[in-house]
Amino acid sequence: MQSKSGIDIISVLLFVAIAALGITSVYSATYEPGAESLFAGRSGKQLMWLGISVVVGVVIFLLNANFFQFFSWYIYGACMLLLVLVLVIGADISGARSWIKLGPVSIQPSEFAKYGTTFAVASILSTIGFSWSKLQDLLKIGVVILIPMGLILIQGDAGSALVFFSFFLVFYREGMTSVVLISGLTAIAIFVFTLVFGSWYFSLAVVGIFLVFYAFTYSEKKLLLPSISIVALTILFSLSVQFLFDNVLQEHQQKRIQVTLNLIEDNRGAGYNVNQSKIAIGSGGMYGKGFLNGAHTKGNFIPEQETDFIFCTIGEEGGWAVSVGALVLFILFILRLYHLASRAKKKFKRIFIFSLASILFFHFLVNIGMTIGLMPVIGIPLPLVSYGGSSFLGFCIFIFTALKLDATRDEDLISTYS
Amino acid sequence: MRDNRSLYIYFGVVLVGVIFILRLFQIQVLDDKYANAADRISLRKQTVYPQRGLIFDRHENLLVYNDPLYDLMLSVPIRISNIDTASFCKLLEIDRAEFDKRLNAAKRNSFRGKAIFKKNISNLVYARLQERLYEFKGFFFEIRQDRNYKYNSAAHLLGYLGEVSRKQLDRQVEEYYEQGDFNGKKGVERFYEKELRGVKGEQYFYVDKHGLDRGSYKDKKLDKEVVDGKNLYLSIDIELQKYGEKLLANKLGSVVAIEPSTGEILALISSPFYNPVKFNIQNRGSYYNAAINDPTKPIFNRAVSAPYPPGSTFKPVMALVGLQDGAITKNTYFGCRGYYKLGRRTIACHYHSYNTSLQKSIASSCNTYYCNIFKNMMQSGKYENTEEAYNSWRRYMRSFGIGGELGIDVSVESRGWLRDAAYYDRMYGEDKWSYARIISLSFGQGELGLTPVQMANVAATIANRGHYYIPHVVRRIENQDSIPTKYVVKNHTLVDPKHFDAVIQGMQQVTRTGTASAIAIKGIDIAGKTGTVQNPHGKNHSAYIAFAPADNPKIAIAVVVEEAGYGATWAAPIAHLVIEKYLSPDTLEVSSRASLEKKIIKSNLIPYKYRTQRDMSLYAE
Repeated sequence: MQSKSGIDIISVLLFVAIAALGITSVYSATYEPGAESLFAGRSGKQLMWLGISVVVGVVIFLLNANFFQFFSWYIYGACMLLLVLVLVIGADISGARSWIKLGPVSIQPSEFAKYGTTFAVASILSTIGFSWSKLQDLLKIGVVILIPMGLILIQGDAGSALVFFSFFLVFYREGMTSVVLISGLTAIAIFVFTLVFGSWYFSLAVVGIFLVFYAFTYSEKKLLLPSISIVALTILFSLSVQFLFDNVLQEHQQKRIQVTLNLIEDNRGAGYNVNQSKIAIGSGGMYGKGFLNGAHTKGNFIPEQETDFIFCTIGEEGGWAVSVGALVLFILFILRLYHLASRAKKKFKRIFIFSLASILFFHFLVNIGMTIGLMPVIGIPLPLVSYGGSSFLGFCIFIFTALKLDATRDEDLISTYS
Repeated sequence: MRDNRSLYIYFGVVLVGVIFILRLFQIQVLDDKYANAADRISLRKQTVYPQRGLIFDRHENLLVYNDPLYDLMLSVPIRISNIDTASFCKLLEIDRAEFDKRLNAAKRNSFRGKAIFKKNISNLVYARLQERLYEFKGFFFEIRQDRNYKYNSAAHLLGYLGEVSRKQLDRQVEEYYEQGDFNGKKGVERFYEKELRGVKGEQYFYVDKHGLDRGSYKDKKLDKEVVDGKNLYLSIDIELQKYGEKLLANKLGSVVAIEPSTGEILALISSPFYNPVKFNIQNRGSYYNAAINDPTKPIFNRAVSAPYPPGSTFKPVMALVGLQDGAITKNTYFGCRGYYKLGRRTIACHYHSYNTSLQKSIASSCNTYYCNIFKNMMQSGKYENTEEAYNSWRRYMRSFGIGGELGIDVSVESRGWLRDAAYYDRMYGEDKWSYARIISLSFGQGELGLTPVQMANVAATIANRGHYYIPHVVRRIENQDSIPTKYVVKNHTLVDPKHFDAVIQGMQQVTRTGTASAIAIKGIDIAGKTGTVQNPHGKNHSAYIAFAPADNPKIAIAVVVEEAGYGATWAAPIAHLVIEKYLSPDTLEVSSRASLEKKIIKSNLIPYKYRTQRDMSLYAE
């Protein structure tokens, strides 16, 4: 289903639904009794950003679709410039130097860096002759991603830097060896097990499993060396995880991870946010306390409740029913975008839309996961829902660009390498 | 292969969605610990304390009223930040160290979403702090009622309030009191606690993280309306009460005055007394030790709690029992040589002429006469043995309200002493005791003890010619048609009303020609009986019972002055002055006995051993 101009109506409807959910949630999260209408305060500001986004969207749709691919590196460059600029002239807000003040508004360049980086990544991967086995290509990809990650880390915003891991999903889809993804997941598993059981017990368990394995396969001599080296690598990794965790991570980062893994309970300190967040969501019950009636969010017990913890308001006031509705909207939107990617005829377009879907998915996974205590607290917004102009505008531009690219897919008569 | 990978990714996205949905189901629907936690954190119950009922005297003079008392509370979880601690401390008149100490104590002792930061804050500090309370988020006031008093008088009978004890909290049938609530501990405050206290109200509302009100809960459906306590109108005449206290100042003892026709207590005085305001919630802490350590026991309500042997004031009762039981008739004479011979023992009497009639035995307080009555009764052929005779005597006593709690409405009442036959069996062996062992009971000595209120009740019973109403201080309870029914039923003695006139004539002789004739009051016919109670620990107690006018009694009275001497010297004049004050207050002002009044007021009869140990701050205004 699509309009005459080729815009995917389903995506637009899902986008509008999510944005509407976002603005009403921000309104409720910042509501004061006897206070302003939806059009004032923070929800009003969010509406203003929506208006700006629509204007930008119209401009995007008036542009020629080939413009984007052609100017990829300029867009990337501009975004990187902003990231450098913020380090020079940025304002410190709550410990991070992520904001550039422009008169009444502050913009957060890291929210646009994902957009810019996607152009560069799509551009490199869609170059004719690109191969995962060429070191030069791998280096290019690495540099393109590490530059924004590094700059954002320097700003002190680790959460936004982590978002760039979303691109690994793109690489996997585009043919990168699955060893990378599997090793990544394995590494996370080892990391978790090490912190839960300690590197000593973990190593002992690994050796034990190896001995059992060896008892069954000792006749096959050629398995011995590789399996021993895997065991050795695993133990080495586990020991270094322990070392890095103890010596490199800052205390509040250690605690956030430990709280998530239920290793420590710290409801007044590191675990305060998550605990209050779980209480707010959990108290919503099946059908919620009703719009504007969330006592816990109305009492401002949850820090950042209109930004990173916006899902608390939805969970408390809408209960399980509305929460599930919100999750389903996101899942459908992400899957729809994946679908748009898969039907693209040009590789650049496919990768671009696929990157957007993966970045949305990463935000969704981490943000919701954190509010319900399944993920450590990593301060990244829920796209289109959390209060914040840069994030909202950034995602809108991102989505509109993707929809524009999708709308013009029939112009790409020659199907490129799929 | 690429299609497979897309599929894996789709699958991953859906899997995450399903995990999240299940997790939400767990914390939102299955597990109610989060909902409970939310209510604990953001739902507040505010108790609205009722106005405690006011207390008035019989002429509707206000005696007891309420003074607000402010407790500075902290909202829990306690989050004190960004407050100007220095100016806060200054407003509250504490220093930084105390602030920290109190804050830590509050953190340890939070209870139902709140914690006490500082209790019993004065009106002045409250007004100062309340104005700027919005600057100190998390703090709020709870207002409760302390008692204050219009008169420095009647402390014992009014009683006082205190926090409910652990034991009371554990034992209460209906869950009403919470830790820190006040209730009546003594006096009418305790007896009429339920009427006076009212019913606490409750308001539920949400608070934000600073403890500020964020609106009511469920449209106030769970809120409970506060019901103020009922006002209490006492039978006490506060002017008479004050007058009695003036006379008893610097003496140990009691005055109890009763209106015989109703049983209403007109005055109930225990001396030494204290200024009731010194024992209200705010002040008690500063005076409690002084009160406890004072050897004269100023907190002890002698009028209802202290039994004394009645001494000779008991003789009218003994005469009535003798008449009823047939031990004597109203014309019986006994000879008295100044002693009563009991085997080798003699019981002393004092000088009076030999032939003694019933009236004369009362007027001149002849011990011999009563020993004879008692002997006649105990050896009467009516009874199989002494034990049976004694049991009969004991039943007469009980019918006069002696030896058991009367059931008055001023706590805490003593039963007095009245032994049963088993006691003497244990003491002397079964069937091993005869009248001779217990003959001193006949003139009010030995194992017999009456509280002053029991003595006054005896006087009222004689005044009524054979019945009494349980003495009580309540006259009317607001919004209530009646007082407790036990206070409006007649209690009849086992003595026939026809016997009373003979005894009353004797009691009239007491103030005409007898032991109290020196202090008779012109124009008021008083029937009385003096008593001088032997006290093994010091000087004799001076005692007196009376009622007046003799033929139409309006007031019955008992007076005991400890370690003072003859009944006629102290107790009787005090009783007469109180009677005169009540019956004709105008003539008293100009009466020739103003000098007697002055003498009594000025006299300090407190034993020397106690005088230096008294802390007078307890009595001061």
